[in-house]
Amino acid sequence: MPRRDGEGWKAVLTPEEIRRALTRISHEILERTHGGEGIVLLGIPTRGVYLARRLAARIGEFEGAPAPVGSLDVTLHRDDLRLRPARALQRTQVPPDGVDGKTVVLVDDVLFSGRTIRAALDALNDLGRPRAVQLAVLVDRGHRELPIRADYVGKNLPTAYREKVRVRLAETDGEDCVLLGPALPGQVGK
Amino acid sequence: MSEEWLVKGAAIVGGEPRDIRLKDGIISEIGTGLAAAGATVLDAAGLIALPGLVDLHTHLREPGREDAETVETGTRAAALGGFTAVHAMANTEPVADTAGVVEQVWRLGDQAGYVDVRPVGAVTVGLGGKQLAELGAMADSAARVRVFSDDGFCVADPLLMRRALEYVKAFDGVIAQHAQEPRLTEGAQLNEGEVASRLGLAGWPAAAEEAIIARDCLLAAHVDAALHVCHVSTAGSVEIIRWAKSKGWRVTAEVTPHHLLLTDDLAGDYDTRFKVNPPLRTRGDVEALRHALRDGTIDCVATDHAPHPVEAKETEWAAAANGMTGLETALRVVHKAMVDTGLLDWAGVATRMSIRPAAIGRVSGHGNPLREGAPANLTLYDAAAGETPVDPAAHASKSRNSPFAGLPLPGRVHSTFLRGTATVLDGKVTR
Amino acid sequence: MNRHLISAADLDRDDAIGILDTAEELARAEGRPIRKLPTLRGLTVVNLFYEDSTRTRTSFEAAAKRLSADVINFSAKGSSVAKGESLKDTALTLEAMGADAVVIRHPASGAPRRLTDWVSGRVINAGDGTHEHPTQALLDAFTMRQRLAGGPDRHGRGLDGVRVTIVGDVLHSRVARSNVLLLATLGAQVTLVAPPTLMPYAVDTWPCRAGYDIDAELRKSDVVMMLRVQQERMSAAYFPTVREYRRRYGLDSSRMALLPEHAIVMHPGPMNRGVEIAAEVADSDRSTIVAQVANGVTVRMAVLYLMLGGAAEGSA
Repeated sequence: MPRRDGEGWKAVLTPEEIRRALTRISHEILERTHGGEGIVLLGIPTRGVYLARRLAARIGEFEGAPAPVGSLDVTLHRDDLRLRPARALQRTQVPPDGVDGKTVVLVDDVLFSGRTIRAALDALNDLGRPRAVQLAVLVDRGHRELPIRADYVGKNLPTAYREKVRVRLAETDGEDCVLLGPALPGQVGK
Repeated sequence: MSEEWLVKGAAIVGGEPRDIRLKDGIISEIGTGLAAAGATVLDAAGLIALPGLVDLHTHLREPGREDAETVETGTRAAALGGFTAVHAMANTEPVADTAGVVEQVWRLGDQAGYVDVRPVGAVTVGLGGKQLAELGAMADSAARVRVFSDDGFCVADPLLMRRALEYVKAFDGVIAQHAQEPRLTEGAQLNEGEVASRLGLAGWPAAAEEAIIARDCLLAAHVDAALHVCHVSTAGSVEIIRWAKSKGWRVTAEVTPHHLLLTDDLAGDYDTRFKVNPPLRTRGDVEALRHALRDGTIDCVATDHAPHPVEAKETEWAAAANGMTGLETALRVVHKAMVDTGLLDWAGVATRMSIRPAAIGRVSGHGNPLREGAPANLTLYDAAAGETPVDPAAHASKSRNSPFAGLPLPGRVHSTFLRGTATVLDGKVTR
Repeated sequence: MNRHLISAADLDRDDAIGILDTAEELARAEGRPIRKLPTLRGLTVVNLFYEDSTRTRTSFEAAAKRLSADVINFSAKGSSVAKGESLKDTALTLEAMGADAVVIRHPASGAPRRLTDWVSGRVINAGDGTHEHPTQALLDAFTMRQRLAGGPDRHGRGLDGVRVTIVGDVLHSRVARSNVLLLATLGAQVTLVAPPTLMPYAVDTWPCRAGYDIDAELRKSDVVMMLRVQQERMSAAYFPTVREYRRRYGLDSSRMALLPEHAIVMHPGPMNRGVEIAAEVADSDRSTIVAQVANGVTVRMAVLYLMLGGAAEGSA
C-alpha cells in the first residue's frame, strides 16, 4: 500500500471532490432510471462495495428510501487468475428481491481495461436475468481492452498505461482520496 | 604371487609409521627405513594400515538377481571398501541351501579374485523355515561353509532353531539368526514409534527382535552351541546380549554401519532408501549400539550390503524392497560414528571389522594382526581425507541404493591387498 | 499454501481458515440456480484412484467440474495399473497427459508424497493407506464451524476451544490423523477414545489427549466423531467381538444423551450402522452425516480453487 505522501504520488481527487462526484452520479442514476425505479446497486469488492453503499444512501436521502444494495464478487470469473496467486473470495450479497427484471448498476472504483466488468457481467449472469445493466465508476482512467464503457463516471483521468491509480476510502483506508503515482517497474497499475 | 610391495610409512592400526614388505602372499618384514630391494614402493605416509576387512553379512545376489549385483561387481565393491573377505548370504535364487549352490558362489568369488568369498548356507530348505537344509554337505563342500543363516527370514520355529544350533556343532558351525518374530511384524514397515505413527506406517516393534534374541540365547546356552545375532538394531537387544555374554554363553553379535548412524526420522518423507530390515530405530538405540560395539557386547560391524535395482526402490514405501548398499561406505561410516566420536581407536576398528568377524566366520587367513609372517591381507585407509559427500553413481556396486547418498563422510580407502596382491590402489581397482 | 496437499500438517492456521472461508463463499454460490463457474477452465484434474471410493471420487469430480476443469478419471481397475504398472510409470503417463492436478487415493501410506517426486502438477491426497485424508478433515472442520460457530461472524475464525472427541479405530484411521492435526491447528481440543489395541503406539506425541472411557469424554464434548470399524480388525484380535466393541465404544441413544445439548455427532462414512453408531443416532438431528457429504464438494472446490486458481508460485 503506497503511502499517501510517498515519493511521486499526487492527489487527483480530494475528499470534497469525491463527495461531489458521488452526489452527481446519484442524481444521474435517478435521472436515467426514472427515479430509481427497480434499481439494484451491486458493488464490486472491495471498494466498489463501499461506493455502492454511499450511492444507495445518497439516493435514499433524495428519494426517502435507500436503494437496494449488494455486492458482487467476480474473482471466480476473472480471466487473469493465473497471473497472480489465488485470491481469497469476497462476499457476494444480493438484496432479497434478487436481480431478475431489475436495473442493476454495477459500481467499481476504477475502470481500466474493462476485464473486471466483463467478469462482473458473467458473474451477474449466474445470479439471474436483470432487465438492464449499467456501470458506475469513480474514476475512468482509459486504456480499455474490451468494448465496455461506463454509464456514470466520477472523473475521467488521463493516465499513462504504467502509472498507478489508487483509490482510498474512509471505510477501508481511513481517508477519502484518489492518488496517481508512478508505476513500479514491470507492474501495471490498477 | 609374483607381486612384491614395500608399503612405506603406514601407521599400523594408527600407531607409529612403519614400512611393510609384502612378499609371497605374506607380510615378510616390518620395520623402518626398509630398502625397496626390487619391490614396488607404495608411499603410505599418513595412511593407516588395517588388517583386511572381513564382512560377515553381504548380499551378492548371484545366482538369480544379477540385475542387482553379481559376485564380480559385489566383490569389486568390497575391495574398494577395504574388504578382503566377505560372507555371501544365502537368499539367492536358487537359495544357497545345497552344496552345489554354495560351491558355485565360492567359485565365482575365486574367479573374480577381488576378495575371498565365503558362502553362507541356508539353515532351512528354501529359507522356508520348515526343514533343515543339508548343513553337513555344505560344510564338507569345497566352499567349507561354517556360517548358516536364513537371513531375510527368521528361523522362527523354536524347535527347528534348537536343532540347527545343535546340529552344526559337529563341524564347528554357527547359526546366524535374523531375529524377527514373524507374527509381531506382519506388514511391519518402520520402527514402531513416533515417526511410523505419524506416517501411518505399520509399526515394527523392537520387542519382535528382542524376543527372538532372548529365546535364541537361552537355546544356545541350553545346547552349548554358537549363536550369532545378525544386525542388532535396538537398545533392548544389546541388554539381552550383554546378559547372555555375562553368563559365558557362546553368543556373538554384529551391527550394521547404517544402524550406527541413521535413525527412523529420515523416513519422514517416505524416502525408500531408508527402508531396511531391521528398520532404522531411534537416536537412543543408535547410542546404545555404539556403546555396545565399543564395550564388546556387539562383537563386530557387518554391512548387510543389500543391493536393489532402481525399480525396487522407486515406488511407494510399502511396495519398496528392504535394504541398503554398504560395502563401499562401511569403513567411512564407522570412522564417523565410532572414531570421530572418540568411542574407538583404529586398533578397535581393526578388531571389530577384521579380527572378530574372521573369528566368528571361522575364516582362516584373514583377521590376523599385522605382523611378520601373517597373510598379506591389509587395507590402507586415508583417515585424514576430509569429509566428502557419498556419490552412489561412482560406486562399483551394480546398485545405487545407498542411504548415505549426499552425506559427507570422512576418510577414503586408499589401497587393499589380498594375499600380497593389490586389488585396489589409490582408490581404484587394479583391474 | 504448500504446492501439494499431502497432510493436514501442510496447512498453517491462515491456510486452513482461508480454505474454510473460501468454501463458505462457494457454498453461497451453490444455493443459486447456475452452479458452474469458469474458474478452472482449460485445466486438467486427474482422479487417480487405486481404491474404490465412489463417494470421495465423485465429490472431487463434482468439485472440479463445477469449476469447469476437465476431469479424467483414472481408476486402478481395468487399467494398466491393474496389470502391474508401477506408480512411477502411471505418474509419467499422467505427466504426458498434462495433468495440472492429481487427486490420488492409494492403499499405501505415503504414495501421494512419492507421486510429488514424479509429476509437475499439484498433488492432492484423497486418502493414503493409514496415513491421512486431509480434505476429509477440512470438510469436517467446515461442518463443525458451520454448526458450532454460527452467524456471519464465523468468517476468519478457527475452532478455538471446541472440544472434539474422536472414537474408534484411530490406529488405522487416516481420517483421525488428519483431523487431529487440522483441528489442533485450528485451536480445537481433541481427545481420542479407542480400545488400547487400536490406539497408535506413540499417540502421546500427537497434539491431542487420549483416553479409554467414552462416557467420561462424551459429557464434555462439543463434537463426537465416530470412526468406522473394519470387520477384519476383529479377526486380528484387536477386540473380542463386535458385540463387545459396540457395548464399550459404540454410540447409541443412551450414550448420545450424555452429550451436552448443543453437541453434534459426526461420521466420515461409510457407516456400520449397529456397530460403531446406532441407526437412531445416525438419523437424529444431531447428526451432521448428510451435511458432511454436501460440504465435501464445496470444501474440495475451495481446495482446488486455492491450489489451481492462481499463478504457480514464482510467476506472480
